[in-house]
Amino acid sequence: MIISVASGKGGTGKTTIATSLAFAIGNNVQLLDCDVEEPNAHIFINPQNVKTEQVFVLVPRVDETLCNYCGKCSGVCEFNAIAVANKKVLIFDNLCHACGGCKLLCPQKAITEIRRVVGKIETGERQGVELISGVLNVSEAMAIPVISAVKNKINRQKTVIIDASPGTSCPMVAAVKGSDFCLLVTESTPFGLHDLSLAYEVTKKMGIPTGLVINKYDSSFTQLEDYCQKEKLAILLKIPEDRQIAEAYSKGLNLVEVFPEHKEKFLEVMKLIESRIKS
Amino acid sequence: MKQIAIISGKGGTGKTTITAALAGLVKNKVVVDCDVDAADLHLILNPEVQEEHEFIASKVASINLEKCTKCGKCREVCRFEAILQGPKVDPVSCEGCGVCFRLCPNGAIDFKAKVSGQYFISDTRFGVLVHARLGVAEENSGRLVSLIRKKAREIAQKNSCAYILIDGSPGIGCPVIASITGTDLVLVVTEPTLSGWHDLKRVIELTNHFKIKTAVVINKYDINLENSKKIEQFCTSQVVPVVAKLPYDKIVNKAMREAKTVIEYAPKSIIAAEILKFWGEIR
Repeated sequence: MIISVASGKGGTGKTTIATSLAFAIGNNVQLLDCDVEEPNAHIFINPQNVKTEQVFVLVPRVDETLCNYCGKCSGVCEFNAIAVANKKVLIFDNLCHACGGCKLLCPQKAITEIRRVVGKIETGERQGVELISGVLNVSEAMAIPVISAVKNKINRQKTVIIDASPGTSCPMVAAVKGSDFCLLVTESTPFGLHDLSLAYEVTKKMGIPTGLVINKYDSSFTQLEDYCQKEKLAILLKIPEDRQIAEAYSKGLNLVEVFPEHKEKFLEVMKLIESRIKS
Repeated sequence: MKQIAIISGKGGTGKTTITAALAGLVKNKVVVDCDVDAADLHLILNPEVQEEHEFIASKVASINLEKCTKCGKCREVCRFEAILQGPKVDPVSCEGCGVCFRLCPNGAIDFKAKVSGQYFISDTRFGVLVHARLGVAEENSGRLVSLIRKKAREIAQKNSCAYILIDGSPGIGCPVIASITGTDLVLVVTEPTLSGWHDLKRVIELTNHFKIKTAVVINKYDINLENSKKIEQFCTSQVVPVVAKLPYDKIVNKAMREAKTVIEYAPKSIIAAEILKFWGEIR
């Protein structure tokens, strides 16, 4: 079973929910941190025996002894990553999407591909939770190759929890894609509600069953529950606004470890998710 | 003209709250919301849309089954797993590279431009706001950011504005890079949590890489005074000034609910005074 945790708005508590869920289940769990621009799950999991491997993307290189500067590669590149001018080929690695088009379409077969490091994956474990974190190198623009590399580690024998990045564009979609259930996390504010509505549009479009966790819950903000009722979005858990929880978070402490009374609530959320996937 | 981008690394630290407050404070400027896939600034600034434009940045493939012989070439050459059984194209996975279109032996693939979102030029009580809405599950947020920043610059030049205020998105990837390149100052809004600090380090590494002047605001600094102190020490070591420390205060959410900036809602609050003060320093 693969459960993704996403949000739209940042800072609503995705990582808190994902790491708490992982520790509440406590065995045979795989937690994937797919917020590769700003991965934080390791702060709350504190994994041991961490192993690192690099993430590569393919980028083209031209053998100028074969190249006749016809400009085909530049013409077929939709991402403006190759320019040919004055008997010179310029390649902009940062713009390349690694589609392989230039290599396949070069009439001179002058293009090969080399591997370029864009990030890394860190794998470690603590208390039955295997954490796999993707880390995009600073100044790299494209998060997707690192997210894909993390997701290639999915072990279907385990309960898989994916911590996604905020937003509703390609990194969020890449993280959530293929999951059996998406848990959206929001907060009781107008910003939280607005971005939730965008994120829910995404999971609906992708056909992924979805439930909601309201973090920093404030019952006086009734618009949020009105929205859920109207959209038939099930609220699986409410966590009240609580300064003690915020302080524990600030120290990098996991909610379930500091407040064990929350463990049962997360296990109930798991049961609700399981019943919803089956139905 | 001075361009100031407000970013954070970690989400939810208060970028938009600060940007909205500065929008109300700073005269003679254009505001741009570059958090194009989860834009919220309009919820406070309540824009009246004057111009709406389509954002067309990429193409998407589709298969014409009348010409298709099901040879499988498209599936073989696609690196994005976008060719599903049928065959048909999964538009969410399609990267828009056109490789299938160019290599299909039967000319059975169409490759057409698509609308990926809209952008708007609007009036607000604080002047012009340029904002956008990326379509659901769309790509090219970086290109959309670059486009709306260009529109904002054109308007600012035409109106001889002194400032462009840019509300960025969380993270350090493509839309953030597009939001900060060529700016005069990046204001990083952080919070004294280990996550906030961890993400701040990566953001400062990013602004160092692009050699952009950077200043830091620690929001909710009193949630964890020890961490706030560590963040200040870290910033000192990086020669990055901490220009404000704002206390945790429920007025921030109350202001948001009334669609007001924190300065409009509570002009006599400590937060309002601190924002006024640090604007005097960075302007």
